[in-house]
Amino acid sequence: MTDKTADQTETKAAPLAPPAQPAGPSPDKLIVSSSPHFLNTESVPKIMHTVVMALFPAVAASVYFFGFRALLLVLVCVGSCMLSEYWMQKIRKKPVTVHDGSAIITGMLLALTLPPSFPIFGAFLGSFFAIVVGKQLFGGLGFNIFNPALLGRAFMQATYPVLITTWTTPRTIAEAVDAVSAATPLALMKFEGKTTPIMDLFVGNVAGSMGETSVIAILIGGLYLRYKGYINWKLPLGYLGAIAVVGGVFWLVNPAKYPSPLFHLFAGGAMLGAWFMVTDMVTSPVTPLGQWIFAICGGVMAVVIRLLGGLPEGVMYSILFMNAFVPLLNKHTRPKVFGEIKAEQS
Amino acid sequence: MADNTPTLWHEFQKGLWQDIPPFRLVLGTCPTLAVTNSVINGVAMGLATLFVLLCSNLIVSALRKYVAPQVRIALYVVIIALFVTLADMFLAAMFPPISKALGPYVPLIVVNCIILGRAEGFAQKNPVAPSFMDALGIGIGFTLSLAVMGAIREILGFGSIVNIKLLGDWFEPWIVMILPAGAFLVFGGLVALVNYISHRKTAAGTNP
Repeated sequence: MTDKTADQTETKAAPLAPPAQPAGPSPDKLIVSSSPHFLNTESVPKIMHTVVMALFPAVAASVYFFGFRALLLVLVCVGSCMLSEYWMQKIRKKPVTVHDGSAIITGMLLALTLPPSFPIFGAFLGSFFAIVVGKQLFGGLGFNIFNPALLGRAFMQATYPVLITTWTTPRTIAEAVDAVSAATPLALMKFEGKTTPIMDLFVGNVAGSMGETSVIAILIGGLYLRYKGYINWKLPLGYLGAIAVVGGVFWLVNPAKYPSPLFHLFAGGAMLGAWFMVTDMVTSPVTPLGQWIFAICGGVMAVVIRLLGGLPEGVMYSILFMNAFVPLLNKHTRPKVFGEIKAEQS
Repeated sequence: MADNTPTLWHEFQKGLWQDIPPFRLVLGTCPTLAVTNSVINGVAMGLATLFVLLCSNLIVSALRKYVAPQVRIALYVVIIALFVTLADMFLAAMFPPISKALGPYVPLIVVNCIILGRAEGFAQKNPVAPSFMDALGIGIGFTLSLAVMGAIREILGFGSIVNIKLLGDWFEPWIVMILPAGAFLVFGGLVALVNYISHRKTAAGTNP
């Protein structure tokens, strides 16, 4: 299925790929063109469909742990994201690009950050906000400053502050009855000082946002994307590394009060954020130094919000906050052009 | 006199759409964002501003030939402050809950840029009658804008309008709408809507 779409897109993209070349010259003639000479055959739909594939383990885990309501929420979010995109592009009289899959990813990511008991209407509203305000009002894919899925989630956090923090225990826990409200590991840690076994966090057998609980499912998807080369390793490494280091410093200072770095990495949205949201191609910097700064500052901020702020979880706001700095980072961390001499260095 | 009425009408109606303060002139956004979490607050704020605007425009226009230009702004502020104090005391005496809800924003009408803007930009150059109509139009436009902002935010944020429950229990209130973030969202949306409509109007006017 994906191969087929990928082939189609490749053939579609092919006429664009070589630099403008009159049809005339025969192949053995010397072709003079400007660089770059090796052109990537990747296209937006191909990348996006791979990311959708990479999100399937997390979706499957959420359905396994939270039942078919999780699947329903994913479908509602994806459907309303695609509808909003179609509707907005019709209004703006732009070419409709729903098929490129970016709206599907926004919908899936948004759904994965919602609690399993979240109302359907809320999921629709969040998706609508994510696409219309978060993406299309900025000019569509490639122009948005903030990650649309996280923006939709932040809007939901402000709109339904109670519903979005009403968690249910996974149905795989034996004593759980339907819709028993529970606290997330981060909230347990923050407000009651209890830690959750690392193994439960790793597998995902805890209360929390649908797709955030299962570390292993997210890791499978993230490493698959890394293997395909769509993820820049600096971003998840810098983000998770900063979380581990800063969390570790707190832990070393007072192990009784602060949780271990492993807990920081596995609990809450750290994994999902690091692999799928920090690495968003549109809303992360393009220069290597900028990527390090972006990822590390985001990780530091996530831990600071978790341990010192009012909220139990800081991943969403840390990424949104750093998104705002991306244009600045891109501007000021441009690598030196080869041969360029800086006046200050002489 | 007969040919004077259309211009007076023009001065009045321009404040209702063409120069509607918060959305077209983007003036007076501070109270527009701060006090519009319900219709009643918005309308009360709008009426207080309307009162101050009318009185200050009248006085400034009447005194326009007797004021040295160097001190005119100071004089405007004194005139405006007089009526703001009146409006503030009136609200505090007659409608204590509203006065409490509006908080510091009634005294802050002193530095409202709509009022200073109309005094400086209109009343000091025009006779009393057009100044009065100008203040009336702009003030009513401002009140209507605040009422619309307040209505949208109250319906979405509380599920009610003018404290009457409008939406049933199925409606989960959007808390964000009564927070400052909601004010910015609604304001941005309304500015976009007003600009969109007026662009379409001008486009339709130029090539029929």
